[in-house]
Amino acid sequence: MSDVVEKTLSALPSLLSLDSNAGAGKLSSTSKLGNLIRGITELTSKHDEEKLIKKELAAIKEQVASPNTTMRQMKEIMVRAIYCEMLGYQASVSYIHAIKLAQQGSVLEKRLGYLAVSLFLNESDEFLLLLVNTVLKDLQSTNLNEVCMALTAVSQMFPKDMIPAILPIVEEKLTHPKEVIRRKAVLALYKFYLIAPNQVQHIHSKFRKALCDKDPGVMTASLHIYLQLVKESPESYKDLTVSFVTILRQVVGGKLPMDFNYHSVPAPWLQIQLLRILAYLGKEDQGTSEMMYDVLEESLRRAEMNHNITYAILYECVKSIYTVYPKAELLEKAAKCIGNFVLSPKINLKYLGLKALTYVVAQDPNLALPHQMTIIECLDHSDIIIKRATLELLFRITNAQNVTVIVEKMLEFLRQSSNDYSTVDLVGKVAELAEKYPFIKQDPLNLCNGMQPDIPNNFLRLLAEGFDSVEEDRQLRLFAVDSYVLLLQGETASLPQCFLQVISWVRTKVPIGLFPELSRYIFPSILLIFSYYIFSYYDVVLMFSFEYFGSLDTVLRQRAHELMILSQDAGLRGRVLSAEGRLEHVDSSLSFLDGHVSEALAAGAAPYKPPHQRQEELAHEKALSLEPYGLSLPVSLSTCSITDRLTDRQSPTRLSISSSVSGNSTELSLKGGSTTLKLDGVKRVWGKEGYLVQQPKEVVEETPLPPTELPSPLGSFQSPVSQTQTASPGPEPDQERQQLASSLFVGVGTHHSVCLMGRTEAAPQRFRRKPKGTGSSSGTSEHSSNSSHSSSGTAAGNTLDSTTAATGQQISQHALGHPPVNGNPIVETPGPLPPVRDGGVAAEIPTGHTDSGTLADPNEDPVPVRPRDLPLISHLPAELSGLARSKLTTLCPGPDPGLALSSCRVYKEDALVLVVFVSNNSDSTLHRVALRFTSKQLEVLFQTNTTFPIRFSENLPLTVSTGEYGKMWLSFSHDVKQNLRLITAGDQSPLTATLDTLRDRLHLHVVDIIGSEGIVACRLLRGQPCLLHCRVHADSLAVWLRSPIPEFPDSLLYHCQKALAEA
Amino acid sequence: MCVRQRNRLHLEVAMIKFLLMVNKQGQTRLSKYYEKVDIGKRPALEADVVKGCLSRKKEQCSFVEYKDFKLVYRQYAALFIVVGISDTENELSIYELVHNFVEVLDKYFGHVSELDIMFNLDKVHIILDEMIQNGHIVETNRNRILAPLLALDKMAEAH
Repeated sequence: MSDVVEKTLSALPSLLSLDSNAGAGKLSSTSKLGNLIRGITELTSKHDEEKLIKKELAAIKEQVASPNTTMRQMKEIMVRAIYCEMLGYQASVSYIHAIKLAQQGSVLEKRLGYLAVSLFLNESDEFLLLLVNTVLKDLQSTNLNEVCMALTAVSQMFPKDMIPAILPIVEEKLTHPKEVIRRKAVLALYKFYLIAPNQVQHIHSKFRKALCDKDPGVMTASLHIYLQLVKESPESYKDLTVSFVTILRQVVGGKLPMDFNYHSVPAPWLQIQLLRILAYLGKEDQGTSEMMYDVLEESLRRAEMNHNITYAILYECVKSIYTVYPKAELLEKAAKCIGNFVLSPKINLKYLGLKALTYVVAQDPNLALPHQMTIIECLDHSDIIIKRATLELLFRITNAQNVTVIVEKMLEFLRQSSNDYSTVDLVGKVAELAEKYPFIKQDPLNLCNGMQPDIPNNFLRLLAEGFDSVEEDRQLRLFAVDSYVLLLQGETASLPQCFLQVISWVRTKVPIGLFPELSRYIFPSILLIFSYYIFSYYDVVLMFSFEYFGSLDTVLRQRAHELMILSQDAGLRGRVLSAEGRLEHVDSSLSFLDGHVSEALAAGAAPYKPPHQRQEELAHEKALSLEPYGLSLPVSLSTCSITDRLTDRQSPTRLSISSSVSGNSTELSLKGGSTTLKLDGVKRVWGKEGYLVQQPKEVVEETPLPPTELPSPLGSFQSPVSQTQTASPGPEPDQERQQLASSLFVGVGTHHSVCLMGRTEAAPQRFRRKPKGTGSSSGTSEHSSNSSHSSSGTAAGNTLDSTTAATGQQISQHALGHPPVNGNPIVETPGPLPPVRDGGVAAEIPTGHTDSGTLADPNEDPVPVRPRDLPLISHLPAELSGLARSKLTTLCPGPDPGLALSSCRVYKEDALVLVVFVSNNSDSTLHRVALRFTSKQLEVLFQTNTTFPIRFSENLPLTVSTGEYGKMWLSFSHDVKQNLRLITAGDQSPLTATLDTLRDRLHLHVVDIIGSEGIVACRLLRGQPCLLHCRVHADSLAVWLRSPIPEFPDSLLYHCQKALAEA
Repeated sequence: MCVRQRNRLHLEVAMIKFLLMVNKQGQTRLSKYYEKVDIGKRPALEADVVKGCLSRKKEQCSFVEYKDFKLVYRQYAALFIVVGISDTENELSIYELVHNFVEVLDKYFGHVSELDIMFNLDKVHIILDEMIQNGHIVETNRNRILAPLLALDKMAEAH
C-alpha cells in the first residue's frame, strides 16, 4: 500500500498546478482558502511568506468582525487561521471565534471549532473556561457525534478547576451502550488523571470496570491509566497482574477482531503497552514475575514474523524480560532473539538491536560476546546514530582492561559529533570512566592527545548558553567544568586560548555570589591547570585572583592568595611544580608558605584556624547557617561522611568494576571528585517524587550464567568472525577488526579473572546496596515494622490473644455486677524480661504511635459505649499522672467485646512510657488475665491494681544549644537527605507549623529557627542522637539528617513523613 | 547529571512530543504538538528538525537524536513525516505508527497526496486526533479511527 502512496505522492508536482484533484476538487478554486493554499505552495522566501500571512491575517480580522459572516464561512476562516499558526504567526483574533464556532455551529462546524480550539489554545489559557458550557451542553446532547467530539475535546485539554463540573456526566458515559463513547470517556478520565489525579481518585473501581469492558477498544484506553498508575505505585496493582497477563495472552493468541490487526499482527501497540505494564509490575518482584513468564515467552515465540512491527514488539518484550525478576531460561531466549536484530541488514533493526543489547549486557556482559564482530562493524558505521548507540553499548561493558580502547573510541566520536547534547553526555561518560579507572587520569596526555580544540569550545558554548531549569543548569555547569578540566589536562597545544576563555567566561557568567560552589570548585581546577602550564599569563592570573580576594568565602580567598603567590614567585613555582608539572608533587603541608605565614602573623593577621574550629565559631556568632557544615569545609572533611558509607565495600576498583557491570552510576558519583557532585550521587536515591526506583538492571542478581553462552575465548572469537567474513571487504580490515575486538572485549568473557571478579563482585555489591536502597524507602518501613513487631506490635497482639483466651474460659464462671479486672493477674512470660538496651534500634521507634494507627481504627471499634473511658486514664500510676501524654487509643478491637485493649503514651523526662490498659467491658468479673510478652527489648513494669503500664522507649527530645548542635553535626557520619511536605497552618509560617507538628508528634527538640531554616535534634532513650537540618525549599521542606547510627536517620525520616502525612 | 537526567527519563512514561508533515523543500504541511512549544519557537524547531532528517541518506537509520529526545522519520515520496519522541519510546513502533497513519489517510482519501493533505488539513487533524492524544497512541484500528469522521461526512452530505 505504501508503494501506491509513494507513487501518488511522486506525481504531486504535476498536480500542484491543477485543481482537479479529488481532495482539492471539493474546494472552489476561487475560495479564499484555495487562494491561501496556492499562495503557500508558491512561496519562495521567508519574506514572501511573511507578506502573504500578514495579508491573510488582516483579511481574517476583517472577516471575523463582520456581522455577515456565516458559520460556514467561519469554518473556512478557522482553517486559514490554522494555516497561519502552523507557519508560526499568531492568529489570536480568531481564538474567540473558534470557541463561538464550537458553541453555535452545526455538527461539522462544531467539530472544526473544537479542533481549532485544541490547536490554538493550551491548557492554561483562560479562553478555555468559555468552552466549559459548550462541552457540558454537548456531553448531554442526543446527537452521538456531538457527545463524541465533546469528549475528544475534553481529553485533549480542559481547565483543571472545572473538572468537577463535568466529571459526573463523563462518568455516566462509562456505561454508554456505544463503545466509542465509553472509550472516549475513559480517555477523558485519563486526561483528568493526568492534570488532577486527586479529582478522579474515587472512581478507581470504574477504571477496573473499563479494563474488563467487553470491547477491546475500551480496555485498550483504560491501559493508559493503568500504565501511569502502575508506574507510580506498582504495589497497589499487583492483583491486576493476572488480568494483564490474560489480556496479553488473548491478544497474542489472536482473539481480537481482525480489524485490530496491523499487517496481520494482532494489535501490536496494545501488546507493547501491556508489556510495559508487566515490566513495571514484575520489577524486583519474583512472585509477580513468575505469573508472567509464560506469556512473555509466548510473545517472544509468536513474534517471529519478519515485519518491523514484530521487531518492535520483540524489543519491548526483551526489555520487559530483562526488567522483571530474572528467569535464566527466558533471559537466554531473549538474548538469542537479539541476535536476529543485530544481524539484520536493515539498519533500523540494527539500531534497535544495539539498544536492546545495551539493556542485555547491563545484566551480563558476556552476552555481547557472540555479537562482537557486529559491534565492531557498527562502531565504524557511516551512520553516526549507529555509532552512538554502539558507544552506549560499549560503555556498559567497560572494564579495567578495555577501558582505554573504549575511551579512545569515545573521544574519536567526539571529534565528529556536532550535537551538543550527545557531546555532553559522552564527555560525561568519559569523565565517569576516568574516575572509575584512575589510571586513565594518570595518563591523560596519552589519551586525549587526539582531542581537537573545538570540543572544549563546544563545551564553552554549552556552559555559556546554559539550560532552562536553574537547578539542572547549575549542575550541568558544574559537571561541564569538571569534564572540561579533564579535557584540558590533555590539551597542551591549545591550552592557553581555552584557558583564557574559561577564565573570561567564569568572570562574566558566574557571579560569585550566585554560584559559590561553582567558583569554589573551579578554583582548584584552575590551580591544577596552572600546574600544567607555565605562568605566562601573569596579568590574567592577577586579575582573577584580585577578584576573588573580595570574596566572602574563606576558601576562595585562600586559593586566590595561593595563586597570587605562586604566580609572583618563580622560584617557589619551580619548587612547587615539579618537572612534569604535576600537582601531586605539591607539598601538601604547605611548609613552603611557613615564612609567609609568620610574616603575616607578625603583621597582625589572624592565626590560621582549622575548619572545624572556624565552624564552631561561626556557629556561635551566626547561630545558624547552612554553609558551615557543608560547603566551606575542605573537601576531605566533608567527604568523610560519604567515604564512611563506602567503608564496607572492599576496594574502590572492585567497586567500580561491579558498578560498571550493573550499569548504575550512583556509586560513581559517590566517589566523584567534588563535594557537590558527590552529594548529588547521594541525593539520587531520593528524587523529587520520593524514592527513585532502582534501575532495572539491578534486578538480575542471581542469574546463573547460561553455560552455552560462554564459549571458550577462542571459540567465542572465531565463530562470529566466520559469520561476518563474507560481508567484510577483505582479510586485512578483518584482521584489524579482530584486533580491535580483542582489545574491546578483553575481560568481558568469563575466562578472564578481572571479569570474573567483576561478576562475582556484582552480587555482594548489590546485596550491600540493597539494604541501603530499600533501607531508605520500603526498607524503612520494613525496619520499623520489624521493630514494632519486636516491641509493642506483638506485645499488644499477644496480650490480646492470651487475654481473650483466658477470659473466654474465665468469664462464664463468674458472677455478674462486679468491678472489672480484679486482683491478681497471672503474668506469663517466656523468660526473664531484660531491661531495654541502650539505644536498642528496635526500641527507638515510636511504635505505639504507628501501631495504634494500623492496628486500631477507632471508627470500627465495636464497643459502643465505654463509660470507663475516663476512669481509665485516671488509673494511671500516680508518678505518671502529672506528665504530658498522648490520647488514649484503642489498640485492637478485640474479638471479645468484653475485653478492651488501649494504650497511651506518657512522656517522662528520661523515658517514654507506653501504658497499655486491659479493661473489662463486660459486666462479669475477671479473675485471671494471662499476659504474654514475647519482646525481649522491652522493659515491662506491671502494676497490679487495674492497669499494667508497660514501658517502651522512644526517641526523646534532645536539648542542645545551637553551638553544641554545630559541633555534633560535624562529628556524625551517617546522613540522609529528603524533601518533606510542608504543613500550612493558620498564621504560622509553614516551617514553624511543620516543625511544631514534628515536635508534638515525635517529640523532637526544635533547637532554633532562623528565617527559612530550622535545626532540630532528638535522641534515643539514653542513647545516640540524631540531628535534623531543615530548610524551606520552594513548597517542600528539605531535611538533612545526621546521626552516628546508620539506620537512625532513615527510620526517623520515615516517621517524620508519616507524622506529616497524618497531620 | 546527564546520568541523572537519563535515569529520570527512564521513569518517564514514553510519549510522543510532536508530529510534523514536511515536504522536501522543508515546508511544514501539518504540525501537531503534544508538549507545549511556543508558537514563536515552532518554525525554528521545525527547520532544525527537518534539517536533521532531510540530510540523512537512504541507507542510514530512520532515527535521529535531537537535543534530549529522538526523531523518527519516514519518507513518502516528497513528503516526510517526522515524529519527536521521548528517549524511552520504542522507535520502531512509532516508525510503524507513522505508516499506519498514512494507511488510514490512504484509505480515506483514496490515494493520498500532499495536496489532499493541504486542502483537507482539518480532516487530517481530525484523523490524527483519533490516533494520538496527549502524546499517547489511543487508537490504531483503521475502521475505528475513521468512524467519527465518516459520520460527520455523512451528516454533511445529508445537509
